[in-house]
Formats: sequence, C-alpha cells, structure tokens
Amino acid sequence: MNLSFNVEKIRQDFPILSKKINNKPLIYFDNAATSQTPICVIDCIKDYYEKYNSNIHRGVHSLSDEATSAYEDARNKVKDHFNIKYSEEVIFTSGTTHSINIVSNGFSKILTKDDEIIVSGLEHHSNIVPWQMMIESSGAKLKVIPLMENGELDMDEFANILSLKTKVVFLNHVSNALGLINPIEKIINMSHEKGAYVLIDGAQSAAHFKIDLQKLNVDFFTASAHKLCGPTGVGFLYGKKELLHRMEPLMGGGEMISDVTFSKTTYADLPHKFEAGTPNISGVIAFGRALDYLNEIGLEKIENYENDLLDYANSKLKQIEGLKIYGESKNKTSVISFNIEGIHSYDIGALLDKFGIAVRTGQHCAQPIMDHFGVDGTVRASFSFINTFQEIDDLFEALKKVKSMLS
Amino acid sequence: MTIENAQKDIIDNFLFFDDWTQKYEYIIELSKDLEFMSDNLKSEDNLIKGCQSKVWLHAEMINGKINFLADSEAIITKGIISILLNVFNNRKPQEILDSDMGFIEKIGLKEHLSPNRANGLSSMYKQIKFYALAFSKS
Repeated sequence: MNLSFNVEKIRQDFPILSKKINNKPLIYFDNAATSQTPICVIDCIKDYYEKYNSNIHRGVHSLSDEATSAYEDARNKVKDHFNIKYSEEVIFTSGTTHSINIVSNGFSKILTKDDEIIVSGLEHHSNIVPWQMMIESSGAKLKVIPLMENGELDMDEFANILSLKTKVVFLNHVSNALGLINPIEKIINMSHEKGAYVLIDGAQSAAHFKIDLQKLNVDFFTASAHKLCGPTGVGFLYGKKELLHRMEPLMGGGEMISDVTFSKTTYADLPHKFEAGTPNISGVIAFGRALDYLNEIGLEKIENYENDLLDYANSKLKQIEGLKIYGESKNKTSVISFNIEGIHSYDIGALLDKFGIAVRTGQHCAQPIMDHFGVDGTVRASFSFINTFQEIDDLFEALKKVKSMLS
Repeated sequence: MTIENAQKDIIDNFLFFDDWTQKYEYIIELSKDLEFMSDNLKSEDNLIKGCQSKVWLHAEMINGKINFLADSEAIITKGIISILLNVFNNRKPQEILDSDMGFIEKIGLKEHLSPNRANGLSSMYKQIKFYALAFSKS
C-alpha cells in the first residue's frame, strides 16, 4: 500500500467532496465519465472572467493580449505535458469526440474506395460513428480487431487484417467500459510498417499515467480536459504537422482563415486552421491549470496509488458471491466493470446512489463490448487518486446490502 | 376509485416509511405484483425507448377501458411500473388524459423523473398517455 500518498490532503482540494448525497458523504466512483475539479481549476475560470475576459488573437488592447498569452500558454503546457515537438501540433477542440471528427473528416477527402481502415472492437461509440460516416463518403472499407475472451485485443488477428491497403488504424489507449490498456506501441509500429497512420483516443488513459507522444511516434492523439481534472467542453487533438497540413478543416469560420474573398478563402496556418470561431478560452486556460495540478502531485504517484486502489477493490469485490468482473487483466487502469448474478445493473446503480455512491451503469457507449460478453450492461466503478481505501470498503458493504435487498 | 384517490392511497402507503431502505424494499415487493407478461408481447413495438433497462408496455382496450401489461428487466423499474399501473390500469382514456404525475414527487421518487435517469418513468408515463390519446380517438 502506498503510504507516501497523502490522499486526505488532496481531497481538501476538491470542494465537491464535502457534498452529501441522500445524507451520506459523496463517494465518487464515476471518474472515468468525468473527473472532479480541484479548487485551483475552478479559481482559474473565475479569475479569467473577473480579470481578463476578452477575445483572443484579434484585439489590440491589453486584455486581449493577456487572454491570448494565457491561451497560448495553455497550448505550451499541453505540448510539454505530452512531450509534443511543436506547439502548432496542438489543436484545441471541444473534446475527444470533436478531435476524432476532425481526423475522420480530414481523411474522408484523402481516402478512396480501395483503402481500408481498422478500428478496435473495444471502442466507444465516439470512435466508431465518425468513421462510419467517413466510409460512406470515401467508400473505404472498415475492418475490426476482434476481442479475445477476456476482452483484450486479438493481436494475431490484427496482424492478419493489417495490410498495405490499410491507411488508418484508430483505437482507444484504454477501453472506457473495461479499463483495459491496449498495446498501442506494438500497434503503432506494426501499422507504420504497412504505411498506415494511427489515431489514439487517450480519453481514458491521459489521467492515469504519463504519455510521451514523440516517443510513441503516434500520428494523432486526443484527450479531453474534463477527464483530467479540467473543465468540460475542452480537449485537444495532436497531429503530426505534415498530416495536419494535408487535412482540410472540419469547420469554417473566423480565426481559421488568412485571406477571404467571395471567390476563395485561404486557410490560416496551424493550429488556427482547425480552431474556427471563438474557442472556449477560459476552459482552455483552466485545462492548462489542471495539467499543472496533476504534475504538482505527480502522475507517477497517481498511477501507483490508483493501482493500489484497483488491487484492493478487486480483492474486496471478488469476495461477493455471484459478482463477475469483465475485462480482467494485468494491464488495466483503475476501473472495475461488473455484474452480480441475477441482478440488473440498473438496480445496483440506483440503490448504490442511495448510499451516496456514484457509479455508471449500462452499456457505457460501447455496445459492441457488451455484445462480446453477452450482457446488456454492467456496473462500472472507476477509481481515481481522490478516492480512499475506506470508500472501497463502503462500496463493498453497500454492495452486500444491495445484493440482499434485490435477491 | 378515481385516479386521484388511487394516487392518494399510494401517497398514504409511502408515508409509513422512515427511511429509503424501507421505501425501496416496498418497491421491490410491488415488482412481484405485476401481472405476467408473455414473451411474445415483449416485442420491439412494445419496447419503450429511453430506458436503461428494457421496459415493455402493451395496451388493449377492453369494454371502454385500457388494460396495460408491462414488464422490465430491472426490479426497481418493475416496482415503479407496478405503482403506475395501480393508478392507470383499467381506466377510461379520458381519465388518463386528465391525470398528472404529481404523486411521484409526493412519495419521494422525484429522482426517477429526471431525464438523466433514463429509467423511463417519464417515458413510461408518456407512452401510457399516448395510448390513452390513441384509444380516445378510436
């Protein structure tokens, strides 16, 4: 157990943790859906509106300069945090879904009907639907990496479907429904050998361990701020410069142009080409602050602590008779997706809420995974560094009571 | 008994409970009262959209009154359906159209009306009203 990690002190940074749900202290185990927000990030948003709210990149006045500097400062923080080579390779978006749509739209103009794209069977709907839409316009074919029994990707099958026809491979770094960490290093290398580009959806990984994008040599990567202690409605897309130059923007508007006449528009340089309109300025700046916050604690410490929480939760929950965990593996983040025999996941979630415990239930926007396991849905408890071992004990006790009420 | 009186009875029953555990135990008990719904009625047509657990609702007009049959995979949802059917089953379409759902708040189940819950209490009530509207015109 990690004794050097002062979770009680950290919890004081999160005002929401003093909230009571049904007269019980909130136990928040839905971190994979959205992380809670530390006071420094909340203050950062407040500060922006109180002190330098202004539109960026266009004013000649001091406020606009201040807002622009803070905004671009956030871009540099993302660049440094993920070890990205150039700041113009960081595109701010409204989140992972928006980022994926930028890439799929960009490729829809580049691919032809002879090309193939590969997706993993572990995807969130947000990484399936944009590509299906893209296929309709480009005529390219979609292939799926199947899952092995425990939910991990079948890498032998991946090697079989990967070919010189493959142009793009896209998958999540960590599965949102199960928490499984995919072998992306291997997938990136194998794909590059065939000349295919790779997009990694880091929505579920970035909060849990350090990611070095230059070392990974991945072509595209995306994550959302609201899963990294930042605000909702903000995320970023990383793309290699030469690829971003080749892609057409998803949205047209102000800020993304260099020259406009009624006959022709010339796009602005990177990253502005993909940032049409007034962005979520305060959100982007607060995202930068959230990354600082995570780095102040240290992602390595967070990772170790969360691994301890996961091990403890696994050992406790397995003591409950009839409880089945989906996606068991050594390579996973602090997520436990489970069902209790004979009980619907909705009933478990609704009653846990009565104990003040927040979990996610249902299909987790990943219907193909649920189909793989032959279930309608699961209960997903996702832990983070703001959770305690005591809370896991409370979950265990609550589950025992819920089970006895429902059986 | 009128719909209003049936709702009042339910409110009175729920007044007995001191805490949420008793209330939910009662809802779980009520789930067992639901009339049997055969598998052939659990069709795609009878499925109510917007519910996290599958909910089926079937309606027939018998002697000027609507007879509902419903089921769900989740017990709590089933218990709540049971409460709804206690109120709305075997009613004339107009009675249902004139009703409201205020009693749900009074028995402390307001959270189940939240659009976020997707447990379909709102969807179920809407569907019950749709049937009433359709039968009132037939």
